[in-house]
Amino acid sequence: MTGIRVTEPPAPAAPRKLSGPRFRPGETAFQVLLLCCLAVGIVFLGVLLTYIVVEAWPRLDSRLWENFPSIRRPERAGAQSAIFGTIWVIAFTALFCLPTGIMAAIYLEEYARPDRWYNRLIELNIQNLAAVPSIIYGILGLGLLARELALGTTVLTASLTLSLLVLPVVIIASREAIRAVPQSIRQASLALGATRWQTIWRQILPAAIPGIATGSILALSRAIGEAAPLLLLGAVTYVAFNPEGLDSLYTVLPIQIFGWTSQSREEFRHLAAAAIVILMAILLIMNAAAIWLRNRFTKRW
Amino acid sequence: MDRSLRRARPRYAERVIQGLLLVAALVSVVTTVGIVVSLIPPTVDFFERVSFGEFLGGTEWTALFSSPSYGVLPLLGATMLITVIALVVAVPVGLGAAIHLSEYADRRVRAFLKPTLEVLAGVPTVVYGFFALNFVTPRLREWWPGGTGPDFQNALSAGLVMGVMIIPTIASLSEDAMSAVPQSLRDGAYALGSGKRVVSVRVVVPAALSGIVAACVLGVSRAVGETMIVAIASGNQAVLSWNPLDAMQTMTGFIAQAGSGDVPVQSFEYKTIFAVGALLFVITFVMNLISIRLVRRYREVYE
Repeated sequence: MTGIRVTEPPAPAAPRKLSGPRFRPGETAFQVLLLCCLAVGIVFLGVLLTYIVVEAWPRLDSRLWENFPSIRRPERAGAQSAIFGTIWVIAFTALFCLPTGIMAAIYLEEYARPDRWYNRLIELNIQNLAAVPSIIYGILGLGLLARELALGTTVLTASLTLSLLVLPVVIIASREAIRAVPQSIRQASLALGATRWQTIWRQILPAAIPGIATGSILALSRAIGEAAPLLLLGAVTYVAFNPEGLDSLYTVLPIQIFGWTSQSREEFRHLAAAAIVILMAILLIMNAAAIWLRNRFTKRW
Repeated sequence: MDRSLRRARPRYAERVIQGLLLVAALVSVVTTVGIVVSLIPPTVDFFERVSFGEFLGGTEWTALFSSPSYGVLPLLGATMLITVIALVVAVPVGLGAAIHLSEYADRRVRAFLKPTLEVLAGVPTVVYGFFALNFVTPRLREWWPGGTGPDFQNALSAGLVMGVMIIPTIASLSEDAMSAVPQSLRDGAYALGSGKRVVSVRVVVPAALSGIVAACVLGVSRAVGETMIVAIASGNQAVLSWNPLDAMQTMTGFIAQAGSGDVPVQSFEYKTIFAVGALLFVITFVMNLISIRLVRRYREVYE
């Protein structure tokens, strides 16, 4: 076409600044809103911790771990039986659930073929169990373990129930740790003539242990804080002795706290807060250990 | 296959080990079966005396009284009310936190903020219950405008605190879903001149929607099943009321109350625990399946 007219390019305008976007109030307001959302959780946590420590302050002394609980004399009451009970129950929970969970994770990651229906069933099951309310596990422990198998309301029932409760967490965490070991390690080991199990035992597990340990600690710290299933399993509040075996009666810190919370006298509120400080201290130490493990030993491939 | 490549001898020990590992994996299936088996017989016994209609339609729950009636609606209503309050807190706040973590925060900030937020999920629920009863409720009563403030135990403070408890669940899962949205979608929107807010709200959130919904469904399931907060902070009276300032009892609250008392084993009261437990299990089971489905769907889209 001939109609094209070539015009003189307009005189260069003052160059638009490309850096420094113009002020957009909507964007800023939105970002502030998002920050507030994050702050809600963190501020709440701060207020919670501060309140607990302030409430606990008058009672945060050696009476707490030297004495046994008492209903009549709150000023003399302590939580020794609950502290020992917690240790007993958690030790056996670890003993029951860690080997089972890690073995199940090895099976699902290294052996299970995902196209088999039973493997898919197991997988779906674990995902579902991870979100079943904990009090349902209490019903399981009550109906099946305590009554049908006649184990009674003992340390054994409690730790078996808690193991089943945190088993999905252990399995899921261990699977992720095992999956993170690169395929080339497996292939190298198999190529050298190692059997499948030798590969798992000598190469994959050592490499996956930091991840497995981190997940296991987090799972156990969940079990320590759990009270609902143990309410059904006969963890009673006023146990004036420490457990001596798997068949002992017991109490644990969360149950002790629950018991003191339902008392109306003010001394019991301080006592409950003091026990919460101990419980939270145990949990924070475990969490710190998990984070330390992850940072210290996790390999980057 | 060539003969020389075939395995020289069967390795029986390997077979045994594989069998053992399978057994460990089957423990989870046995657990589910165990739950169902422990729930069914007492529940069947329960429904031999109480009809389905009476159970699901009755408006009075006095299972532990001398003249019992077994209408589960008060327990169900309280559970739903507290769940709704918790979601009103947790969904917007959790989603906001997730958008910030996924779209705005740089890597180092996220590496610090995400674990901090997750500490909230690690706080034992009995501690939340203590806090709701002794801190939140007195503040609510103090600050309540107008005449009748909240009861000493009430659904509102239990719901609010429970909402904070499930923020990390919703934030963490939604953040996973948003981070899985491919960068090309964002780049496309930026290329068309969108700002960051528009990209987040109109592109990333819709693309991650099924993951976000799954997170919320899981949040509902958590709220429905949570026990200690409601047992401590919302009370032990089963009343059918929609006023969140009242004391009320949820399904889990009833199970905890009945289960921690000395209910004789063969009594009918004992069976009510299992009937309510069966209802709770069915509700949360359906919720979990929906959530798992949705998560799977959004994972399939972008891989």
